[in-house]
Amino acid sequence: MNSVERLVHMANQIATNLATDAAPVAAVADHIQQFWDPRMKKMIFAHGTAGLSPVAAAAISLLADAQNGA
Amino acid sequence: MTYQPQNDFGTPESRSDETVSLTIDGRNVTVPAGTSVMRAAAEKGTSIPKLCATDSVKSFGSCRLCLVEIDGRRGTPASCTTPVEPGMVVRTQTPHLAKLRKGVMELYISDHPLDCLTCAANGDCELQDQAGAVGLRDVRYDVQATHLGQEKDHSNPYFDFDPSKCIACSRCIRACDEVQGTLALTMEGRGWGSKISAGLASDNFLESECVSCGACVQACPTATLVEKKVVEVGTPERSVVTTCAYCGVGCTFRAEMRGEQLVRMVPYKDGKANRGHSCVKGRFAWGYAQHQERILKPMIRKSISDPWREVEWDEAFAYTASELKRISAKYGRNALGGITSSRCTNEETFLVQKLIRAGFGNNNVDTCARVCHSPTGYGLKTTFGTSAGTQDFDSVEDTDVILIIGANPTDGHPVFASRMKRRLRGQDGRPGAKLIVIDPRRTDIVRSPHIEAQHHLPLRPGTNVAVLTAMAHVIVTEGLADEAFIRERCDWDEYSHWAEFVSQARNSPENLQPVTLVDAEELRAAARLYATGGNGAIYYGLGVTEHSQGSSTVMAIANLAMATGNIGRRGVGVNPLRGQNNVQGACDMGSFPHELAGYRHISDGNARKLFEDDWGVTLDPEPGLRIPNMLDAAVDGVFKALYCQGEDILQSDPNTAHVSAGLAAMECVIVHDLFLNETANYAHIFLPGSTFLEKNGTFTNAERRIQPVRKVMTPMNGLEDWEVTQRLAQAMGLDWNYTHPSEIMDEIARLTPTFAGVSFARLDEVGSLQWPVTADAPDGSPIMHVDGFVRGKGKFVVTDYVPTDEKTGPRFPLLLTTGRILSQYNVGAQTRRTENVAWHPEDLLEIHPVDAEDRGVKSGDWVKLASRAGETTLRATVTDRVAPGVVYTTFHHAVTQANVVTTDFSDWATNCPEYKVTAVQISASNGPTEWQEEYEALSTRSRRVETGIAAE
Repeated sequence: MNSVERLVHMANQIATNLATDAAPVAAVADHIQQFWDPRMKKMIFAHGTAGLSPVAAAAISLLADAQNGA
Repeated sequence: MTYQPQNDFGTPESRSDETVSLTIDGRNVTVPAGTSVMRAAAEKGTSIPKLCATDSVKSFGSCRLCLVEIDGRRGTPASCTTPVEPGMVVRTQTPHLAKLRKGVMELYISDHPLDCLTCAANGDCELQDQAGAVGLRDVRYDVQATHLGQEKDHSNPYFDFDPSKCIACSRCIRACDEVQGTLALTMEGRGWGSKISAGLASDNFLESECVSCGACVQACPTATLVEKKVVEVGTPERSVVTTCAYCGVGCTFRAEMRGEQLVRMVPYKDGKANRGHSCVKGRFAWGYAQHQERILKPMIRKSISDPWREVEWDEAFAYTASELKRISAKYGRNALGGITSSRCTNEETFLVQKLIRAGFGNNNVDTCARVCHSPTGYGLKTTFGTSAGTQDFDSVEDTDVILIIGANPTDGHPVFASRMKRRLRGQDGRPGAKLIVIDPRRTDIVRSPHIEAQHHLPLRPGTNVAVLTAMAHVIVTEGLADEAFIRERCDWDEYSHWAEFVSQARNSPENLQPVTLVDAEELRAAARLYATGGNGAIYYGLGVTEHSQGSSTVMAIANLAMATGNIGRRGVGVNPLRGQNNVQGACDMGSFPHELAGYRHISDGNARKLFEDDWGVTLDPEPGLRIPNMLDAAVDGVFKALYCQGEDILQSDPNTAHVSAGLAAMECVIVHDLFLNETANYAHIFLPGSTFLEKNGTFTNAERRIQPVRKVMTPMNGLEDWEVTQRLAQAMGLDWNYTHPSEIMDEIARLTPTFAGVSFARLDEVGSLQWPVTADAPDGSPIMHVDGFVRGKGKFVVTDYVPTDEKTGPRFPLLLTTGRILSQYNVGAQTRRTENVAWHPEDLLEIHPVDAEDRGVKSGDWVKLASRAGETTLRATVTDRVAPGVVYTTFHHAVTQANVVTTDFSDWATNCPEYKVTAVQISASNGPTEWQEEYEALSTRSRRVETGIAAE
């Protein structure tokens, strides 16, 4: 796995484990916001949503939008 | 202070709340009911002669030396077996008693060698003392038969057994039974033939079941069992109380010294974690501290293909600072980072993370807890509100059901295991606690002398969450949940959501049995026992955390404890058993990239401002890189410099090939350690470290107990580790001027609310403190969440079982899980440099007889262990301790490199590696793998020092 593939794997893993949360997209976005360093976030934003599960993809989009809006 | 052994009160302390008053030698004495007359006298400073009594074991009444006279009683009862009674009038010294005692001593001495002047225990021998105390001047007996002249047993590397000096008091046997709980020793023969035996007559101490904890040596009143070091150098002349640097139990020891030479480490009876007990590591395995392979001078090199060049400290700091500044200027400040060590003190760890946050200007700081208990941090913070075990160790004394999951306490946390075993055996008519063990292996505690687990659930590795959810299913659907507790203490809506989830038919034990391989009826019975058996306490280890669902498992454990009301009082709780001495402390001190000291997120502006104002810097509000992320970034070419204090990531972290690629891609790897460890093969700068004997500071053990570490000798490398970090910070231009670690603790206390009341002065005064230490709890907090959870309401989190991505298949049909063994510690850097190798000279692969037969493997054969990540070779041992389909090994030896095989799958929440589940294949082998040979060559090349002599 290269670094981007690993980030995709990690994001999907987070999404799978938070699937039972009341608001999974927000929970995944919050987790990534809290624990990933800025470069990791930037890399996955640049990568886009390919390979991401729907919840992970929505969370990454949510975070990217928040970042761009900021 | 001249040398004094600790006071021995003869019999154990009574815990009774009632008191009894009596008169001893004309003086009034008031003691708790149940106290022996001997102890009551000793507490008043009256020493009644004794030989078979010592306060670590129950009274025995065999030596007849402690006789006293009691008004109204016939004869002369033994004071050790006579409990105090109200109004009792006792005389300990009368002419009649003196005559009796002298007669007893005369018999003892008639069968004891009179070589006191050349005896190792000369000056520290109770037999010698008592002969003096009773005034024995002559032995009238002309004894023909004696038990003298027997052969000594030198087999144990740390102590000798001289049966000729034995007085058959059986203190050693009772210490092994009652304190250690191994029951290895027995009395063989009768009369003159009486002899202490370690197992069968054919066994010597080394080959016996003895675990070398030292309890027998400490209990022995003569030189029968004596430390080899005392034989070699003589008795100590002073002692210093300090804290062990091995596992997370955090035993208190007296370092007994001659000048600056350590003679022996003796467990301290007033140590609140160990209560006077020890294990083979803390008691004996400290020889690494003076090992010839220790590096004592700083060394630098431009490239890892160059030999090392020794330099003075000034040059080392100037060069290191210039390299870090160069890399920061060239690649940006985020190209730098560091790793704090769970082996180092709180003060050292705090300084390393401060150097990175305030000096490097980023949050790229992580700690070796990443690879062990980071899921505990996430899981317990989410559910309870703070990352810590809920109990003190004493709490186990009030436990009715002990649930151990993913921990092997008799090997990993032996001193606490002994306390657990004492509770499991029951005592003084009180029945023992019940035991549930959830572990793929039949660990020693499942069945050991006088202990048998009610339920052992040998689950398939990687299915912890499924097992715990199935237990929750039973508890909820059978109406065993403590709803009153939940309504009062937890969020009811979250509970209802969770209860609805676990109640689903898909989470029943029967439905999950094909996944977990745990018998559904057995699981149901275990769940019922935990929920209804009284005080239930969960103890867990790395078999919980080191999984892709490590954090989920921690939360599932917390859910179970809350659902059954097992939180907030003695005897219950959720207790992570921490691997290294200061895992708790390293986590507390802000070593994680997303958290400041005291578990406050770096994005918390108020917390950040507190540190910014104190340190005079601006902190980055974004979290930094975790260890695996650092390695990925290094491979990507953007992470270039690492300051690694006291951790050997190349040996301890998973997927060695990936770790070495990351390290090789860096331009400046700084290793600050005792030895040229495996990571140092890729280092450019080596800063020699100091041992726990050479520095001041504090460690925090698994029960949140902050304990002093005291310097007993000058650092051989010249500087304590906190001084090294400070000098490096100064070279980087930071204005740091600590003159003593106590000033660092003052800063920690100033900036960390849970440490507000901690200071070195306070620790000296009370011995130790369990955080939180606040204005509300100035003496610390033995039990947490007593009146409510730290986060307010306890939070139930739904933890759905997600199978790991590491799958078995035709190529890799077996599951490898890894762990530790009693005599070795972690990557073995310390214990491999001690005589402990006598017990465990190499890592072995445990394999079930069926799997072994399928592959034509016999015990002792070399086998190749291959996974998708890599392959290595080691020798096999065939045992049904592991289930079919599961193999197990330890990771103590660099040559085995078990982590060549482990993968880089990790916990979803924290990236804690999934060490405990690797799909592997085993095949016959006739030698080292290509990787092992190449690595051996690299190590030899990389450890060259310019003088031309290899350092290791």
